[in-house]
Amino acid sequence: MSVLAVAEHRRGDLRDVSLELITAGRRLADATGGDLDVVVVGGDVDAFADRLDREGVDTVYTVDEGEEFNHEVYADAVEQLHAELEPTALVAPNSVNGLDYVPAVAERLDVPLITDVIDFEAGDGIEVTREQYGGKVETAYDVDADQYAVTIRPAEYPKAEASGDATVEAFDADVADDLGTTVNGFEEVGGGDVDITEADVLVSVGRGIEEEDNIPLIEELADTLGATLSSSRPIVDNGWLPKNRQVGQSGKVVTPDVYIAVGISGAVQHVAGMKGADTIVAINSDPSAPIYDIADYGIVDDLFEVVPELIEAFGGEAPDV
Amino acid sequence: MKVLVTVKEVAEVDDEFRISGLDIDEGSLEYDLNEWDDYAVEEAVQLSEADETDDVEVVTVTVGPERAEETVRMALAKGADRAVRVWDDALAETQFLDLDAKAELLAAIAEEEEPDLVLSGVQAADDTNGATGVALAERLGVEWAAVVNAMELDADAGVASVRRELEGGVEELTDVELPAVLTIQTGINEPRYASLRGIRQAQRKPLEVYDLDDVGLDESVVDSPVERTDMYEPESEGNATVWEGSPEDTAESLAEFLRDEGVVDA
Repeated sequence: MSVLAVAEHRRGDLRDVSLELITAGRRLADATGGDLDVVVVGGDVDAFADRLDREGVDTVYTVDEGEEFNHEVYADAVEQLHAELEPTALVAPNSVNGLDYVPAVAERLDVPLITDVIDFEAGDGIEVTREQYGGKVETAYDVDADQYAVTIRPAEYPKAEASGDATVEAFDADVADDLGTTVNGFEEVGGGDVDITEADVLVSVGRGIEEEDNIPLIEELADTLGATLSSSRPIVDNGWLPKNRQVGQSGKVVTPDVYIAVGISGAVQHVAGMKGADTIVAINSDPSAPIYDIADYGIVDDLFEVVPELIEAFGGEAPDV
Repeated sequence: MKVLVTVKEVAEVDDEFRISGLDIDEGSLEYDLNEWDDYAVEEAVQLSEADETDDVEVVTVTVGPERAEETVRMALAKGADRAVRVWDDALAETQFLDLDAKAELLAAIAEEEEPDLVLSGVQAADDTNGATGVALAERLGVEWAAVVNAMELDADAGVASVRRELEGGVEELTDVELPAVLTIQTGINEPRYASLRGIRQAQRKPLEVYDLDDVGLDESVVDSPVERTDMYEPESEGNATVWEGSPEDTAESLAEFLRDEGVVDA
């Protein structure tokens, strides 16, 4: 069998997940001793090809079309290269952009697609592991097909580091030039008064706080500890705290000395933003919450009981909420 | 113009749950409108309300059993005009609907309805595939954009100007020609609660139910090369030290720890 992995880059930088795909793709190809080919579409393809030339890669295909990601260009290029190479497995990142073109490519190629794969075993077809129901369970799926596509969750596999001796080959794709989707630019969001990535101690609030009116309780805790207040996504979605406070995949990646997660379940997107903290403390009443998989210390109890006690332990006064 | 919103009833799992066979035990599940779809419904209803000519029709489409009508009525109560639900014994009997099956079922409805815009949640909270909207667009041969957290519609020009929420606090500014499928991210708006009046009105709004035959498909739609073979609780990777005792005790343990760490001056 052979594997075709699609690299990802943005604004001039190859994203880490591209090198993770090489590790995953090599493992998949090794199951039957086949080739691992990598394709990079758009941007400075030669420089990217250099970085993608890691141990275990047989050929890096470059498609010199466009600067930034455009799903129509990607879908056309990947579909055409796929038709030429006929790989068993098409491997792509389970990223925002990955999910913007891979489902379309899988439809066109009429191959089954399994997204957000965290582990796999290749044999006849492939058996993949996914999470479901917010990470409460894992499920295994058997894919009985000669060709298939998978998107791999970022940060599940180590980056391929060792340099390789891959052939680099330009692939001349015939991509649509009348694009119905036009990317006009990018904008950084979440600036403002505070930079949570600079904080040594973060007190972070999640869905467990239940109501906007209860936020002052956590603000008071942060103030009492001399810490900075941050949050998980739902708090920002609800407009209870500004976007610059959001920790996670679509927010900020933080690496404080101490991270106190209050009422945060620890969804994978959140964990991606805070697992680098030196010490993680969780206050969450659900003992099976995934936050306890990465926490160093925990209090399995009602935050509305614990937090006021904690504020008082430092001589503060808990607001009535 | 017509806006089609894909609406899924999702299963939420209790903190304490049991697995029976290859799925969560029915007794451990509660059903609700998928959170992402709630934002998609709100976005569609806001488009309809903002249109002064009162010319925007919002139609929801659901693939699900009769139980899902509670969820569908909730979308109607929030302001959708009418609803379509597709279900069939053949769908009920299958282990799960794969991506292809979902896209095919939704496409059958969309081809009938011919919407100018389809709004779909980024993902469903239960199986988090995150792929149905884009697969649907490809099947319909229309444009799309995934993970949209802001949008502005120029119906005359036939263009949706959207922001796609990329990782790391970066947004991509993109123009998408209509017709299109946009997958809607949470936070794009503030979903309303259904009013009592809305709930009453929803009872009288049309809710059509189709089976496979009605939408021009047959049982082969559920054929899938993908089979679920296992479901289990992942072993906790954690080795957290859990402080025990009353809230006063546990708070004191944490306070002591924070003092020892030098986080707070003793």
